[in-house]
Amino acid sequence: MKFGVVVFPGSNCDHDAFYAISNVLHKPVEFIWHQSENLANCDAIILPGGFSYGDYLRTGAIARFSPVMKSVEKFGKSGGMVLGVCNGFQILCEAGLLPGAMMRNSGLRFICRHVHIRVEQTDTPFTNAAQKGQILKIPIAHSDGNYNCDEATLAELEKNRQVIFRYTTHDGSNDNAGNPNGAVRNIAGICNRERNVAGLMPHPERVVEPALGSSDGLVIFRSMVEALVGAAKATA
Amino acid sequence: MATAITEIKVTPEIAAEHGVTREEYARIQQILGRDPNITELGIFSVMWSEHCSYKSSKVHLKRLPTRGKLVVQGPGENAGVVDIGDGLVAAFKIESHNHPSYVEPFQGATTGVGGILRDIFTMGARPIAVLDSLRFGEITPGKHTSEEEAAKNRRVLDGVVRGVGSYGNCFGVPTVGGEVAFEPCYSQNPLVNALALGIAKKEEIFLAKAKGIGNPVIYVGAKTGRDGIHGASLLASAEFTEESQQKRPNVQVGDPFMEKLLLEACLEAMQTGAVVAIQDMGAAGLTCSTMEMASRGGTGIEIDLARVPQRETGMTPYEIMLSESQERMLLVAEKGREHEVLSVFKKWGLDAVVVGTVTEGGIARINNNGRVAAEIPAHPLAEEGPVYNRPLAAPAPRIESEKDWFAFAPEGTNLTENFKKLLASPAIASKRWITEQYDTSVRTNTLAGPGASDAAVVRIKDPQTGAVKRALALSTDGNGRWCFLNPRVGAMHAVAEAARNVAASGARPIAATNCLNFGSPEKPEVMWQFSQAIDGLGEACTILSTPITGGNVSFYNETLGKSIYPTPVIGVLGILDDVSRVLKIAFRDDGDVILLLDGSNSSVVAQQASPPQSNQASALAREFSSSEYSKTITGIVAGEPPAIELTAEKRLIDCLVALAAEGAIQSAHDISDGGLAVTLAESCFASVVAGLQTGASSSAASATHLSATIKLNGDAPPEHAVFGERGARAVVSVKPTALARVLDTARQYQVAAHELGQVTRDGSFRIEHKGRAVVDASVKALRDVWAHSLEYALTKR
Repeated sequence: MKFGVVVFPGSNCDHDAFYAISNVLHKPVEFIWHQSENLANCDAIILPGGFSYGDYLRTGAIARFSPVMKSVEKFGKSGGMVLGVCNGFQILCEAGLLPGAMMRNSGLRFICRHVHIRVEQTDTPFTNAAQKGQILKIPIAHSDGNYNCDEATLAELEKNRQVIFRYTTHDGSNDNAGNPNGAVRNIAGICNRERNVAGLMPHPERVVEPALGSSDGLVIFRSMVEALVGAAKATA
Repeated sequence: MATAITEIKVTPEIAAEHGVTREEYARIQQILGRDPNITELGIFSVMWSEHCSYKSSKVHLKRLPTRGKLVVQGPGENAGVVDIGDGLVAAFKIESHNHPSYVEPFQGATTGVGGILRDIFTMGARPIAVLDSLRFGEITPGKHTSEEEAAKNRRVLDGVVRGVGSYGNCFGVPTVGGEVAFEPCYSQNPLVNALALGIAKKEEIFLAKAKGIGNPVIYVGAKTGRDGIHGASLLASAEFTEESQQKRPNVQVGDPFMEKLLLEACLEAMQTGAVVAIQDMGAAGLTCSTMEMASRGGTGIEIDLARVPQRETGMTPYEIMLSESQERMLLVAEKGREHEVLSVFKKWGLDAVVVGTVTEGGIARINNNGRVAAEIPAHPLAEEGPVYNRPLAAPAPRIESEKDWFAFAPEGTNLTENFKKLLASPAIASKRWITEQYDTSVRTNTLAGPGASDAAVVRIKDPQTGAVKRALALSTDGNGRWCFLNPRVGAMHAVAEAARNVAASGARPIAATNCLNFGSPEKPEVMWQFSQAIDGLGEACTILSTPITGGNVSFYNETLGKSIYPTPVIGVLGILDDVSRVLKIAFRDDGDVILLLDGSNSSVVAQQASPPQSNQASALAREFSSSEYSKTITGIVAGEPPAIELTAEKRLIDCLVALAAEGAIQSAHDISDGGLAVTLAESCFASVVAGLQTGASSSAASATHLSATIKLNGDAPPEHAVFGERGARAVVSVKPTALARVLDTARQYQVAAHELGQVTRDGSFRIEHKGRAVVDASVKALRDVWAHSLEYALTKR
């Protein structure tokens, strides 16, 4: 089992994702340079947060054309596990691996704070270790996390149970009140129809130890590990 | 136009337009043995500007303590460096970007942050935290501030906050702390002081010393444009006038994405072992970096401007040398290995060009297309510039009497409404609206972000293995109002508070950095304030064992002839040997005992510096008139800052560090702006009632935050007891079972421990003075006022 963390120029959560996997989960992980089309036989790819290519033009808009993304697209479309966090989520949308797009936060400001998200679906490789309805405390840090898509896509997302995380309050009582950025239907994270590609705005890699204020991000990485272990067993 | 400037014949009048005096001009002629050409004059003018040369402050700065057993590098390099154990060092420094931030708030603030980050990674250290110390004019209309003025201050604040956030967030360094203060004097001269902290291996620290004759000099990073020409000399070294807004083209423009690439590329290039020296191009750009590298290394340097990557065509040597375009570095590589360095920059998509060589003989020669554009002996230029011992004059003593001072309310007066006003004032209110615009958690080291602890606390991951052992704590502090009333005592308080904050997070203070914001050095009163402040800083840093390792001086903070309050801002760095021992301000459990720790041996306050004939009551009034409460409630700013006893501060600091190491206390929060009541309230606001964590449902009736019941005695008037700001004090909460042990430790450190009351969970915040309630309200009501007033003032008016 090996994780790959893609490094775009301007990625700034690459080291954090790497640290979470290597030093907290103790699993093999390596960096993949944006100009490489070789995914180094990784079993799961993480597109980290940051400001790839300065986020010039539009968040994720340039990163999507980098050499590494050709391979990531191929990998994702053939069933490989891909997780995009924050800027990584934006890149996945730009690349068409996930539907929809990000707008500026409704308050038009960068926001960094702990938010609460509810795990809506557990039949994905990113959430299989979580309880359905479990509430996770995870920080956001973005200017453009206001997820949006057209009505038809939204209906598809809901019908196929692709919304895997929704913003809510700490006790899960009021989703609208817990929405920090205006995202449609309080969407914090989605997966593709095949459920092997997912993106979320909150940063699970930042909350993997109690000293960091929460270790709720671990459940997402543990899910990925379990899914990879399961997949390895199935092929064995 | 572009060619015209090179042909200008330099005269003393043109020199004067560059801010070069007649005496300085004569000195230039003497160094060169001839008249300078216009490019050379430009170079001298920026190198000898107040901002770059410290010509007015040098004689005073010598009095600061700069040595200590942990100090690896003191003032004079890009940043100070201290040993933090396990083969690691911390590089840290604070710097101002005041004038640019008024002229163009967003870009001024971004380039301020960008500049200080470059100073850190120039040393080979990866930046891991930024703190911002910000001061603005009042943002709500009042006695000294019209609505128009307040609206302008709100716009400046908004731009500065966006700028600070934009740069740090994109660069990927957490902005973990700092301060935000408001006084009318900063209305047309906001203070934007940015501090950055980085970590490196001790043997991998880089210095800016050119070495090795024949070694190539390499220019890396952004292209040079016409932006920021004379930023250092005209913006930072002259006072403001009504025309200053027209200096907008002198403000540089920042690109954090470029800087992030530069960071990664520089650190990677340094790892090749082929880099000999490196210097960032900050103030005075290419001029300062070439001249200082050569001067420090005792070498010469020769560069060809035609090879410098340029953003615009037709730039003159004068413009190229004086440009302050951001995100550029100059480095010296080992001869024959330059390709190793160049290939790293190519990988990161950055310009990297060999522009010259290190030469023998100490001459800096600037060529342009085969012609010599400037030829200057580097050392005399960099090190033998003018030094001024400017005249000092104490201002006329303020004649004050009791009628000028705060008049205390009689005993038994209910102070709850005043307390709410204080909590709602921008100075005291929650700064969450600001700090949430900063990424505080990237790099996953933040153990205590803004408001969680008295200092920001970040853990140290080993650069190779990621293993975590220790943490560093940082706090920036300053009190302009107190320094205005008494610069020496005010400066001492700034050091004491920063050190106390660090100790209240559990860390041992080890070193300091300073940003000295003052008015015009050409005014004897300002120089007197400066000299007094230096004396105060020196004394405090000596007693508190926090040597000054670097920083900067920002003079000419005046607009239309009016100076700001003298405002030394101090950043203190502390070390925490065990990451699990971080102390936070939040109360933890219902039933915990609340203690006041007081480093002062005697209960008599304000005896120092008060006239002998004054009685105790008027001494208290005099001291209290300098408080945040006095300013907020009555508008009175007078008297003297509270007397300071540095040995008492030291005792308290040592005691807090010991208590943290023992794991004996539940929370700690020092007493500062707004006094005891604000300290206690903040410890309630930051708390969470157990059982209300994620996932648990809260019943509407139960309180979400812990509360406190406090009983005070003593003869001081209630307002003084509740809102007084005397130093050397902190509030800690203790489990009843640990009380005896804590009292014992306090005794060992000769710190008085007074039992004030208890942490409760009934939601009621109550302070009694001699048996009568003086503050009585629900935590929720108080918190609502405190939590939302800044956002309301900034966005809803």
